[in-house]
Amino acid sequence: MNTIEVKDINKSYEKGKVTALKNVSFNVGKGELFGLIGPDGAGKTTIFRLLTTLLIPDSGEAKVLGYDIVKDYKQIRNLVGYMPGKFSLYADLTIEENLNFFATLFGTTIEENYHLIKDIYEQIAPFKKRRAGKLSGGMKQKLALCCALIHKPEVLFLDEPTTGIDPVSRVELWDMLQKLKTEGITILASTPYMDEAVRCDRVALIQEGEILNIDTPDNITGQFNKKLYAIKAGNMYALLKALKQYPETDNSYAFGEYAHVIVNGDVENLKSFLEKQGISGIEVRNTLPTIEDTFIAESYKP
Amino acid sequence: MRKLYYILQKEFRQLKRDKMIVVIMLAVPILQLLILPWAADMDVRHVKIAVVDNDQSSYARQLISKITSSGNFELASHTFSYQQATQDIEEDNADIILTIPPHFERNLIRENKQQVSITANAINGIKAGLGTAYLNSIIRDFNMQIRVEWLPEAVLDKNLPIQTTSSALFNPHANYRFYMVPAILVLLLTVVGAFLTSLNIVKEKEIGTIEQINVTPIKKWEFILGKLIPFWIISLFVFSLGLLITRFVYGIPIVGNIGTLYLFTNLYIIGILGFGLLISNFSQTQQQSMFISFFFVMIFILMSGLFTSTASMPAWAKVISNGVPITHYMKAVRALVLKGSSFMDLWQLAVYLVIFALVLNMLAILSYKKTS
Repeated sequence: MNTIEVKDINKSYEKGKVTALKNVSFNVGKGELFGLIGPDGAGKTTIFRLLTTLLIPDSGEAKVLGYDIVKDYKQIRNLVGYMPGKFSLYADLTIEENLNFFATLFGTTIEENYHLIKDIYEQIAPFKKRRAGKLSGGMKQKLALCCALIHKPEVLFLDEPTTGIDPVSRVELWDMLQKLKTEGITILASTPYMDEAVRCDRVALIQEGEILNIDTPDNITGQFNKKLYAIKAGNMYALLKALKQYPETDNSYAFGEYAHVIVNGDVENLKSFLEKQGISGIEVRNTLPTIEDTFIAESYKP
Repeated sequence: MRKLYYILQKEFRQLKRDKMIVVIMLAVPILQLLILPWAADMDVRHVKIAVVDNDQSSYARQLISKITSSGNFELASHTFSYQQATQDIEEDNADIILTIPPHFERNLIRENKQQVSITANAINGIKAGLGTAYLNSIIRDFNMQIRVEWLPEAVLDKNLPIQTTSSALFNPHANYRFYMVPAILVLLLTVVGAFLTSLNIVKEKEIGTIEQINVTPIKKWEFILGKLIPFWIISLFVFSLGLLITRFVYGIPIVGNIGTLYLFTNLYIIGILGFGLLISNFSQTQQQSMFISFFFVMIFILMSGLFTSTASMPAWAKVISNGVPITHYMKAVRALVLKGSSFMDLWQLAVYLVIFALVLNMLAILSYKKTS
């Protein structure tokens, strides 16, 4: 049995005017770290709110741990932990009081499940008398994760856990998630950052309410069957413009300090085209596709 | 039940930390109770009167001194010209004009009758109405005085008009504050009970904490009671403090049974807390909740009989007046504090309050949704 089963879910807002999800289906196995990858407004948060029983779908059905998200919402609420994208703990309570409050709501204590949060909590423990509203972004996220974990949930829902926190904390957070997986906790996490996708067992690429692809990060990049080049030049702006003009260009976009381009035919032809356009200092090399390249390729409609 | 205890612990902890809300809840009602009754005084005093004296006789002077010594009037000007007096009214230097015609004294003695004219500025209707009435009664009195002076005793006896004496029951000095203080206390209780409760619940919506609460196994009633109980306690505290002010600052004896007074207060608080919950269900932000609250405060103030008597309202307004819980509670508080009514005298009001409590809370529970 899959821990999370989502089948043909549709959800719209404002009486059908805004479609949030279109026929979304996916399954998450027990102990899996599953990533929802997509830009802002793709529908990631709606999926979380449905699965945590905060919303009711227009059609389709979903089960968490075998419980229906509409009928059995009470059972689900006992078994899952949810960390919303927006900080939603009590800003006027201290770290310790927040954690204690959420532990008691689930009829447990901090001591009972301390082993689960130990690694994270130790980092914020020096500030445990500080009010949550006065914490830094990263500390807030760590506290929120602690609060979502304190009742030893079987499934953990993390809506953009790394948004707004520094790169070091982001890496740490994903390390923690890997560790939680070993405790047998199933994790569904979303992120707009493509580079974090590789830390998941499987990912679903989602855009405008539709799932584009579901697979392991390696398979997703493996499916990228076109040749991808990274090109650098003295004048990047002129380069990007010239790439768009080249008739054999399939797709091109800025990617860090390089421009990524998918091109039909020989790349040498492109090079001479660019030189004819008066672009100097051209550097072309082969590159391996990342999740981001795959995402752009999947969502690109010429 | 244990969970409810933890929720209450959290609520009190938050309330204690929010210094502003503590001030709003305790200091503001007390200050209002200390200030408002002095301002909200419907007795008309210091009516500015312009006298146009075209007679300049001893009787005219007697009349004027009788008016100014009554305590209700202030002599604004004393002229010979009606035009001058109307200008005083236009410039807001006078509220009322008394015109004494030429030969006032002579005609009064010779022809046994005379007329004076009263002109009032009716922009402030209450002042104009009451001012005219006061002035009329002073003139009537003056008239009597002259009759006594001039008519033989036999005729006077025959024509003796009906003498009236009045006494004010339950408020012997007809002190307006006795009437206002209990009413303002009721209004303050409404503000604390309904509007602060709704603000508090909406705050959880606005900052998103309700999201986190909703995915826990906490039950609806636990969350709601966790919100209502602290405000119930605070409301009772504010009410008790207000009663102390009523008794010891304004010296209003609380004649009725304190137990009955608290029984009515509790019934009312239950209803009004349900009302606060209802407002919170229909607002997404604290701003929205504030505006809805403001709208209802206006209705409550004007429809409840706080300032004006409900008896003089048109029929449709009486229906609305009966439809707001504050009307009945205010009646009960006034009756208990001033009149010393017993529960059996007021049981109908209690029934109203119970109905309001049931209906408002039922609506609130029906409209409260944990999932959308």
